[in-house]
Order: sequence, then C-alpha cells, then structure tokens
Amino acid sequence: MKKSKMILSVLLAGTMVLGLAGCGSPSKSTSDNASDSKTSDSSDGDTFKIGGIGPTTGGAAVYGQAVKNAAELAVNEINEAGGINGKQVELNFQDDEHDAEKAVNAYNTLKDWGMQALLGTVTSTPCVAVANEAYADNMFLLSPSGSAVECVQYDNAFRVCFSDPNQGLASAQYIGENKLASKVAVIYDSSDVYSSGIYEKFAEEAKNQDFEIVAAEAFTADNNKDFSTQIQKAKDAGADLVFLPIYYTEASLILDQAKKSGYDTKFFGCDGLDGILSVENFDTSLTEGVMLLTPFAADAEDEATQKFVSEYKEKYGDTPNQFAADAYDGMYAIKAAFEAENVTPDMSISDICEAAKKGITSITVDGLTGGEEGITWTADGEPNKSPKAVIITDGAYKAM
Amino acid sequence: MKKKMLNTTKNNLITYGMVIIAYIIVQIFVLSGSLSNLMQGLLVPLCTYVILALSLNLTVGVLGELSLGHAGFMCIGAFTGAFFSKCTFGTIPDGLRFFLAILLGALVAAIFGILIGIPVLRLRGDYLAIVTLAFGEIIKNVMNVLYVGKDSAGFHFSLKDQMSLNLADGGEVIIKGAQGISGTPKNSTFTIGIILVLITLFIILNLMNSRDGRAVMAIRDNRIAAESIGINITKYKLMAFAVSASLAGVAGVLYAHNLATLTALPKNFGYNMSIMILVFVVLGGIGNMRGSIIAAVLLTLLPEVLRGLNDYRMLIYAVVLIVMMLFNWSPKAQEWKARHSLKKLFGRKDTAAKGGN
Repeated sequence: MKKSKMILSVLLAGTMVLGLAGCGSPSKSTSDNASDSKTSDSSDGDTFKIGGIGPTTGGAAVYGQAVKNAAELAVNEINEAGGINGKQVELNFQDDEHDAEKAVNAYNTLKDWGMQALLGTVTSTPCVAVANEAYADNMFLLSPSGSAVECVQYDNAFRVCFSDPNQGLASAQYIGENKLASKVAVIYDSSDVYSSGIYEKFAEEAKNQDFEIVAAEAFTADNNKDFSTQIQKAKDAGADLVFLPIYYTEASLILDQAKKSGYDTKFFGCDGLDGILSVENFDTSLTEGVMLLTPFAADAEDEATQKFVSEYKEKYGDTPNQFAADAYDGMYAIKAAFEAENVTPDMSISDICEAAKKGITSITVDGLTGGEEGITWTADGEPNKSPKAVIITDGAYKAM
Repeated sequence: MKKKMLNTTKNNLITYGMVIIAYIIVQIFVLSGSLSNLMQGLLVPLCTYVILALSLNLTVGVLGELSLGHAGFMCIGAFTGAFFSKCTFGTIPDGLRFFLAILLGALVAAIFGILIGIPVLRLRGDYLAIVTLAFGEIIKNVMNVLYVGKDSAGFHFSLKDQMSLNLADGGEVIIKGAQGISGTPKNSTFTIGIILVLITLFIILNLMNSRDGRAVMAIRDNRIAAESIGINITKYKLMAFAVSASLAGVAGVLYAHNLATLTALPKNFGYNMSIMILVFVVLGGIGNMRGSIIAAVLLTLLPEVLRGLNDYRMLIYAVVLIVMMLFNWSPKAQEWKARHSLKKLFGRKDTAAKGGN
C-alpha cells in the first residue's frame, strides 16, 4: 500500500511538472528568451507584436477596458493605413487584475507570445513592477496612464499621461496664478497612489502660491461612500475652493453630498474627474462650475477627438475617457517612434528598444491629449504637453 | 506502534520527495530552456503560496482554529523584510541580507501572532476567526497610511503624509503610504523558495510528530480531555499559532523580494487573499500538508493557464474551483474515487480512499 502511495505521489509530482512544461511548450516556437540578444523569429518577421497590460477584470476594470478598446481602435486604424513602416501590427492585451504579481505574469505571457514593445501597464503599482522586468529585458515600454514617478524611472520606460506630481504642481500653480481661491480644502484618497501622489505635490507647491490649504481630509478605498465628515470640515474651515485629486466616482458622491449639506463652493479636479458627466443616476447639473485640469475632453471641438469619440462610441457603445485617449495616443507614439528610426519587426527586442528610445525623443505626436503643441518626450520618460483647464458649463466642458 | 511511527516517517519522506522531485524536474526544464517565461515567472509565487497554505494548515488543520487574516501576517512579513532590505541595501552582502530579512520578517510576524493570540486563544469558540479577520484589514489599512523616512537623524514616522516626516536634506522616504515600498532588490529565486518550502515542511511535520504537536492536536480533538491531563491549553495554542504566523511572514518576505514594488492593495493582502489561502487548505484537505501543496500549486497555475480564454478566465476559474471542491469532498465523489482509484490499477486490494497523512 505504501509503495503504491509513493508511486502515486511521484506520478502526481510528475504530472504537475509536466503540466508546467506543457503550458510552456507553445512558447518554444516564438522567441525563447529575451535575455539573449537573439533576434526574434524571422518567420513572423512581417508583423509588429505589441503587447498591452491592464486590469480588464476586477475593481479597476473600467480603466483597463478603456485602454484595451482604444489601443485596438488605434491598431486597426494603423493597419488600415498600411501599418508601421509597411508592416502590420498585432496587439495582444493581457489582464493584470490591478495586481503587481499578476501584471508580471501577464508580462511573461506576452514575452512568450513574442512581444516586441509594450503599451502598458495601465495602473501605477503594476507598472512599477513590470517596468523593472522590462528594464531587465531591455523591452520598450510606453505606459498610457501609469502616473507614479517610479513607473518611468528606467530609461526604457516612457508614459503618455502626466506624472502625479506634475498634476499636483500644475493644479497648485493654476489655482494660485489665476487667483481662484485663497482658502483651499483638499479631499483625497490616502489609500490610492494616484490621489496621494497628486496631493503631496499640491501641498508642497501650495506653500509657494498665494493660497492656503485650510483642510486636508483623507478617505480610503474602504470608506469611500460617505463624505459628510470631510465636507463638513472643509465647510467649517471656510474653504472657498475644494480640490479633488480623485476619480470621478467618488467625486460625484462628494458633489452630491456637498449639495445636500448646503455647501456651495467651487470644486477643482484633475484628469481623474474626467468621466463625471457620464456617471449613471447622477444629477449632472451638480457639476455646473466644476473646474478640471485634463489633457483630454471627450467633447472637444477638434476633428481628431470627434472622430475618435464617434468611432469609439460606435464600436464599444461608451464614451471614451482620458485613459482611452492616452492609449490611443500611446499607440500612435509607438508608431511614430518606430517610423522615425526605421524599426522593422525582424530586429531584436533590445535593438527595437534602443531605436524606439531614440525615436520617441525626436517626435511630436499631435494626438488627442496633446493640445495645440502636441506631445514630445524627454529622455527621462516624461511627456511634455500642456494641460487644458476646462470648466463644466451647461453639462459640457468649456475651455477656461 | 513502531509500525505506525514508520508510517508517518515514510509519509513525510514522500512529501519531501515530492517537492524535491518537482524541483529537480523544473530545474531540468529551466536548464534545457524549454520552460516558458510565464512559468519561470510563476515559480517563486508558487513557492510563496505553498508556504502560505502550509502555514495556514498548521492553524486550521493541526490547531483546529480558523484564521481569516493570514494575509495580514504575510503583509507584515513582506513590509518588514522589504523595509530591512531597503535600509541595508549596499551595506550587507546580498545573500546575508536576504537571509536576515527572512528571519526578521518571520520574527515580527510571530510577535504579532503572539500579540493577537494572547487575548484571543484563551477564549473558546470562533473568536480567532473574528479577530484575525479584523487584524488583516487593520494591517492593510495601516500600511496604506504609514510613512517612514530615514535621514541622518534616524527614522521618522508619520501616519499623515510625506511632508510631516520633516526629513532633513538627503533623507529618503522608505515606506510611502499608499505607494508602499518600491525598489526592493529582487533576491527571491526558485531555489531559495524551494529551500524555504522544505524548511516549512520540516518545521510543521516535525511539530506534528513531536510531544508539543501531539498536545496541540489533543487540544483540537478534545479540549476538556486535554485540559484534564494537564496540558497548558493557551501555551500550546499560542505556540502553534505563532509558528503559523511566522511562516506566513516568511512567505511575505519571499513575495516582497520577487516584485519591485510592494503595496498593500486589497488584491494582495486583503480579505480575499486570506480566503484564497484558506481555499488552498480546504481543497487540499484540512490537516493534509501534501494536499495543501498540490492545491496551492494547481490553483495558482489555473488562472494563468486559462489566459487563453481572455475575459471568461475568471468565470471558468470559479467553475473549476467549485467542481474541484465537489469532486474532492462530496461523499458520492469520494465513493466513486474509491471505486476507481489509481491504486486499483496497481493491483492492490486495499483501497485506502483517504489519501495523504
């Protein structure tokens, strides 16, 4: 009996491992390991393989889905227009569930698939983990919306969105220079990287500006439904402007609850507020007069935005948010960077990365989020673009 | 009696052997270059989850108490280890530093285990489940607002924001609240992971077959009887729980040194994670260490293997989980398994349907 048990265990162990290897086998055909400078397979040398990573399931799925859809849209357009340097583009988007460990798994899956450049990841924490892996492989990484500082700490990583500190800085400067208020209250999510990142820089810059932060009230992801305490504190402190460096879901609740408690004040937000006009069961008239600093507004007048928005709506039945716009621009930035350096799909991953690194600093992408001057990149990975300040009037964005 | 002891020894050796054989086979695949990147990336997480499942099995299976905050101990170990590594980066050689980080993570997690255990394990009933549930959430939330910085004057702590640390020039913020710790050196390797799994197994299996372990199991089986023969209930419960917590801490250190970034998200250190570990234990069989290992490996691999199914992946995962549970533990399925067991194929008459130890 014991012997058979032993045999059984060995068998089990064996099958487990074979299972491991079995799942691994399809990769053998594609480029085995990026660490050696072997060129990726010449057999599929006529398409670019671009990977994407983001949360398409779980709590942050709305951001991942937006990026996925917009990236698909951009790839389809690029392919219809003849591809990059005459080569077609293939996109493979993997789910990371907004978790660093899963993101690394997704990254490895894409590597097995033969990815040559990465558009991702969408959220900050996974992005930092993936950037580290990508740096080790010298893989070109362009994050559409990973806004934490560390996302682009390596020279192979770039991003389309503003960094968190940049947004905080720009917001503080905007409020100070335009004398929007003298007493400012901040309500932010201390458990969120994006929100606390913006808040910290905002508070730092506020010292140099002509206004005073009278209340800084935090909430966390676990209690983001009732904001009456925070609103009351802001009210008691006499704040004439409330700065909301948060996402629109919470912001819509804050606006609603502020209205109910009779607190009439100005609200100012960052790009996370974009999307507030499409919140369901929310009285959008409450957003009247809300100001936000965002690189993208879905109802902007320019032709590129309108075309993008209508196509996106037609295909996915939803109004695109800034994540979608960033991803769309990101895909075109990869295209432009590849074209600037004549990148071809038969180059090795490392060579593509070196070329793209050089390419991206030399290009200007007009894009949806670029404003009038377009987006340029510096070698440290940060984009240069001007934030647009908009104010919501009659249920639509209006430039300030 | 002698034969029984031999049985356990043999059984334990099979468990060790299983891990070692799996290790050797994987190494062969790695060296021959036929293991995909995904699988190579999964090796260390697999070790982490195996250690977690084993350590929780000590609490649930051997001690007979329910813990719903195991991810909290993992979180403590992870942050302690990562913090230590970040502080001493460059001053201590890599291998030694990682070793110390593991010890420290285990120690701090054990201290928290004892702190929680002292009041709770004196009580009868499911209080440990309630308290550990709260503990896990508290730890996660504290880590989300904790700021720790280091400068020439020493360490600065704050629960508010980065500015209130008042760091001197050249100071470095190590734990940045919600942003956690980033830039932890990547020290975890599969070999270290397997060594830790073996050490965990060694500790738990030896504990189970020791005088102390038998006392713990006596408490589980009949508290009153155990008390009547003079077993110090609180002491033994506390011991088992502290060991379990410290092993979870070790898993946390391993986890933290595998990723460049460490944040306390609901996804990795929240309630769901604790339940996930409990699922490994329940699916593998409560009190069955070998089962825990297999369940942890299978359930960690499953969502990754299903990546090809895209959006249906999590749905399928849930269905597979339910089917596996039913297949493993429903009486009818057990009957069926007994009738069609592999052992029969080997021509044995004695169909011991209840595998494992």
